[in-house]
Amino acid sequence: MTGNEFRTPLSRARGLGSAHHGVSGFLVERTTSIALVPLCLWAVYAAIKVAPLGYESAVLMLRQPVNAIMSLLLISVSFLHMREGLKVVIEDYIQTPATRIFALLLNSTLCWGLWSVAAFSILRVAFVGGPVL
Amino acid sequence: MAEATSKGKGAAMRPIAPHLQIWRWHVTMAASILTRATGIALYGGAIIAAVWFTALMLGPDAFGLVMALLGSWIGKVILFGLTVSVFYHLAAGLRHLVWDAGAGFQPRTANMSAVAAMAFAVVASIVVWALAVQIGAVR
Repeated sequence: MTGNEFRTPLSRARGLGSAHHGVSGFLVERTTSIALVPLCLWAVYAAIKVAPLGYESAVLMLRQPVNAIMSLLLISVSFLHMREGLKVVIEDYIQTPATRIFALLLNSTLCWGLWSVAAFSILRVAFVGGPVL
Repeated sequence: MAEATSKGKGAAMRPIAPHLQIWRWHVTMAASILTRATGIALYGGAIIAAVWFTALMLGPDAFGLVMALLGSWIGKVILFGLTVSVFYHLAAGLRHLVWDAGAGFQPRTANMSAVAAMAFAVVASIVVWALAVQIGAVR
């Protein structure tokens, strides 16, 4: 749904044919996939670099602006792409309306929830460093 | 609209799509299924990444536990699987972008790009892990 609309696409579709939202999911998946090409290559590189590090070196690595920004971009674009991708999988395989709605809500909740926690963690380490008191 | 649902009255009368088991296995079909499978695997990978960032924020104890789990043999198997998934899903995504541009649909081309995507995933993963071992990042 676009903007602050409470009317559902289904309600609009029942009255006026297409709900005119068919393309947005397609576009989100394509645009995020293009962004993820460099981001996931960076992720593989960063994972190898961080793998042998102890706690303090890992914190120092994430405190470097380039790494913090790339990490934020990586998880943000990834969770957007994942939410869109799994949405399609759920819509393909789950027909029972209640189960489908539950699975779609769970997917969105997981993606936004995990994104928030990961983004907060990255920013906290980047700005404050060290453990939470 | 009742007849349009799967449990509607006319459900038994309508033709249904051929089931997966009817089809002969071919490489483009395997490539398509693998795209989805690796995508779902990477969902798990993103959850692991989120847990890793959270552990780093929480402190040395949580971080040590996550690193110990990832460094165990089963952790390494999972990470290698995720490496293959990243490279396969990446190659499959590029295939899809080429298709979106309207090219690469000829059966010969589609078969070849499917095999190429699979080969790339395996080779790139082995090369990356060999490099990681060589520089001492993975023991």
